[in-house]
Amino acid sequence: MPGKKGRFGKFGGQYVPEALMATLIELEESYQKISRDREFVRELSHYLKNYAGRSTPLTYCPNMSEDLGAKIYLKREDLLHGGAHKLNNTLGQALLARYMGKKRLIAETGAGQHGVATAIAGAMLNLPVEVYMGEEDIARQRLNVFRMELMGAKVIPVRTGSRTLKDAVNEALRDWVGNIGDTHYLIGSVVGPHPFPLIVRDFQTVIGREVRKQSMNAEGRLPDRLIACVGGGSNAIGLFHPFIRDNVTMTGAEAGGHGLITGEHGATLCGGTPGVLHGAFSYLLQDENGQIAETHSISAGLDYPGVGPEHSMLRDTGRVHYIAVNDDEALSAFRYLPRREGIIPAMESAHAIAAARRLKDEFTRDDIVVINLSGRGDKDVAGVAAMQGGFQ
Amino acid sequence: MRRIGETFTSAGRPLFIAFIVACDPDFESSVAAARALVEGGADIIELGVPFSDPVADGPVIQRADVRALAAGATPDSVFEIVRRMRLFSTVPVVLLTYYNIVHHRGISRFYREAGEAGVDGILIADMPVEESGPVMKVAEKTGIDQIFMVCETTSPERLEQILKNARGFIYLVSHMGVTGVLPALPHGAMAFVRYIREKTHMPLAVGFGVATPAHAAELYNAGADAAIAGSAIVSIIEKHRDDMESMKKALKNYAISMRAATNGPGGA
Repeated sequence: MPGKKGRFGKFGGQYVPEALMATLIELEESYQKISRDREFVRELSHYLKNYAGRSTPLTYCPNMSEDLGAKIYLKREDLLHGGAHKLNNTLGQALLARYMGKKRLIAETGAGQHGVATAIAGAMLNLPVEVYMGEEDIARQRLNVFRMELMGAKVIPVRTGSRTLKDAVNEALRDWVGNIGDTHYLIGSVVGPHPFPLIVRDFQTVIGREVRKQSMNAEGRLPDRLIACVGGGSNAIGLFHPFIRDNVTMTGAEAGGHGLITGEHGATLCGGTPGVLHGAFSYLLQDENGQIAETHSISAGLDYPGVGPEHSMLRDTGRVHYIAVNDDEALSAFRYLPRREGIIPAMESAHAIAAARRLKDEFTRDDIVVINLSGRGDKDVAGVAAMQGGFQ
Repeated sequence: MRRIGETFTSAGRPLFIAFIVACDPDFESSVAAARALVEGGADIIELGVPFSDPVADGPVIQRADVRALAAGATPDSVFEIVRRMRLFSTVPVVLLTYYNIVHHRGISRFYREAGEAGVDGILIADMPVEESGPVMKVAEKTGIDQIFMVCETTSPERLEQILKNARGFIYLVSHMGVTGVLPALPHGAMAFVRYIREKTHMPLAVGFGVATPAHAAELYNAGADAAIAGSAIVSIIEKHRDDMESMKKALKNYAISMRAATNGPGGA
């Protein structure tokens, strides 16, 4: 649990304009109440099961196991409705927003998966949705823009800054400041001011809780290793958190972009320093004067200069090991998994697959390795095809 | 008494506070802009420290930050602007910054350098009173007034805490939203000023949306001790950014018109 004032160790907090304080306090109080409310818990698990399709399988991968010399399992968040783990959080927060009497949802999105998941929850619960998305990301994730629009969400292009995820968060915060009375900002990762890192983590830990049971059923014991990609860090914390006190090795795969040495990457924990962005004290990528750096990743969902404050704490305590996976390794993993296992991973999740391939020399035959396949790769297929000259 | 408090006390009339972004559109222009505003009668200069991600600001000030950063703005150049201002003026200077800039330089170093340059107050746009412990300590030591915002959603308990910690003046946010010019101030703004007026004897300065002498006059009537114009001034700078002479003239004329409103009905 975060300590005083929403801190994970020294990280976290509430660094926001005064105009947002009242609504953050209201959100925290409502969440404390509702998370203990039996009716809310029952309703959320109903939707997770009958609408979203939980539980998701833990799939044993025989070919990959042979290649890597360990028992490789994939946690199949790609099979969740919408195609990624994001719906766990958006269903929870949309129900919370309805409970709080909010009439409108806003969200930011990078790859578009969180925008899609918010659009899904909004359509199902009759809450209008507006999604802020960087112009650059709109160009590289057309499919998800159209999916959001099909579900009745309005996608608002963000033309400021680097025109990616960071700027979409800025615009969503500005919208929220002006509309706190009727609007809930449905943040998509374990970032932002307290209580968001806590709320989003709580809704995502369903991933790790299922893995515990599924691993016990399949192997009679807990996994030895967990691997997940880290942008803001919600799928990773969802998998890791229920195992924090167990003897399990955890690896987070950040976006190495063109390589840490080039400065063109999104590997906040590997290459960043602590500072304050989007309401929280956490590691971030910044220049020598404290201006936030522009990032690069082949994957829009990892193209973010910040990271969740709990990950910053886990990095500093050494509980989780974070590595940077470069674009070319991720691309190679994106091609590897469909060929060997018949599963096309999201480019974000391909970073976790690539991390497992890189770490294989550390594995032993009996090791149970669980990789979080946080999303499916349909959204990235056109982009990868374009890199090789378009669909043949 | 410190310079900000003294300025409020000795004026015998409400004040006009002018905001510009440091190094917008470049270093020399913003020194000239500050000078023109002071010559036109601005009582306090609020100097924005450019930041890549100004979440409390609307499009006008965002564009100014982009111009300033493209011109190479750093904390060093912000302090240098204040030193240059001190060659021609003793008006109080308040820095408006985002916390990461302060944190990255180190709180103690930032406040010490600001104080040495001649800065009188600092407002950190994304630092609520709950997080302000570390900067408050340093502000007290360096003799810099730590300024806080309040808005209509600030609860009575938090207002009390802010009033206890705030120095210099209280920055009242006129409406719920980001910075930017409003055609008319919301009706609630005047009631808000009167409400806060009853809670404290500290000077009250109102900003966000304030653009015209008529806006300022309305606020003064409601009991405000100062009106802060930001986006209106930055828009003038943006419009004249390629012609420094016309920019200076337009800024000075604007300041004269805003200053006239501080003298009550009938003007200067």
